[in-house]
Amino acid sequence: MRVPILKQGDYLIAPIQSALSDADFLRMQNELVDQVGKLRSRGVIVDVTALDVMDSFATRTLRSTALMTRLRGAETVIVGVQPEVAFSMVQLGLTLRMEDVETALDLDEGLAFLDRQTKG
Amino acid sequence: MVTQPEEWGARSVAALRRELVEHFTEKREELRQQWVEQMTAKGLLAGLTQTEIETESATIYDTCIGCLETGQYDRAQTYATTLAERGVLRGMTSEQIIGGMLTLRDVYGRSLFERYQKDMKRLSAALDIYEPVANKILSIIALAFIDEREKVVRQQQEAIREISTPVLQVRNRLLIMPIIGLIDAQRARQLTEQLLRSIRANRAKVVVIDITGVPTVDSKVANNLIQTVEASRLMGAVVIVTGLSAEVSQTLVTIGVDLSKLNTVGDLQGGIEAADRLLGYKVITTEQATEIR
Repeated sequence: MRVPILKQGDYLIAPIQSALSDADFLRMQNELVDQVGKLRSRGVIVDVTALDVMDSFATRTLRSTALMTRLRGAETVIVGVQPEVAFSMVQLGLTLRMEDVETALDLDEGLAFLDRQTKG
Repeated sequence: MVTQPEEWGARSVAALRRELVEHFTEKREELRQQWVEQMTAKGLLAGLTQTEIETESATIYDTCIGCLETGQYDRAQTYATTLAERGVLRGMTSEQIIGGMLTLRDVYGRSLFERYQKDMKRLSAALDIYEPVANKILSIIALAFIDEREKVVRQQQEAIREISTPVLQVRNRLLIMPIIGLIDAQRARQLTEQLLRSIRANRAKVVVIDITGVPTVDSKVANNLIQTVEASRLMGAVVIVTGLSAEVSQTLVTIGVDLSKLNTVGDLQGGIEAADRLLGYKVITTEQATEIR
């Protein structure tokens, strides 16, 4: 399942719409890192509302995506982590890897956060 | 005289069983009185009235004979359950119940010794019949008591769980969660799940968790709190922990819990003020407000 990458002003939005394989995650990462440079984006939002599970590969990929896009000048925000997902990630100790990744409640909040980061 | 093994075949066992039942029925009053006397001497009847002692001892006595006669323990089971329910409700100690049953066992046993003291073979055969029955009844009653205790404990745990911690919205996007009482792994889990759901439902950005009412905080509780904070952060909410008492902070530092991930403020008021700042609220008096205008 391919993740569409939407350009919204200065930002890129990647709404994940169903469970992804490891390869899909990597493809999303490649495209985001690539597009950030091409479109001169200032921020990236990855929406994980539709994900019921976040395993170690997913969190690691999201984190490295955030670090990579930051190197290319765009801040990444993960939005829409479900309560159950957040809880199981903490239980599995996956949050340690997410420490330097920004999170927000939903797309709206993510956009507001990026606005503050880039325009404030 | 050499005893043949066949002598105690099934038929004679049944006959002896009947004999024992007759014996105990015949001596009913005498043995029951003995039993009550012995229990009184041991102080096992404290808190019971005379009528209660009479009816209870009679019922237990007859139940035991019934079990011996029929080999069925349903009656003992039913009786033990009701006894346990009443006993636990009235605060009877396990010592009273178990001690009472042990005494009855001794009284029965003693009377068998008296009756068959001249015939060791018969005595041993009688004990073979009697002892398993007595042990079985004793274990039924003891287990009923333990079951009942456990049931009470479970009910209390449920009750505590039902007084679950409220998550309250104080302002737009600001929640408070005052925790009262001990936090164990299960409660921590429940609290976290509840908080996460509330964060979603109220679109909260800041949560103040107040632990003034938590008597002891050890490394486990601290880790649970850290997990709650991390999970909330994954949902984009900042958590402020307030109300760590002097003792709690001393213990935490002494046992070396890393609380660098926790955002702590002295008391609930301070926590709400800090949250206001994060959210961009400023509380001013109406006087100040008119001045600004």
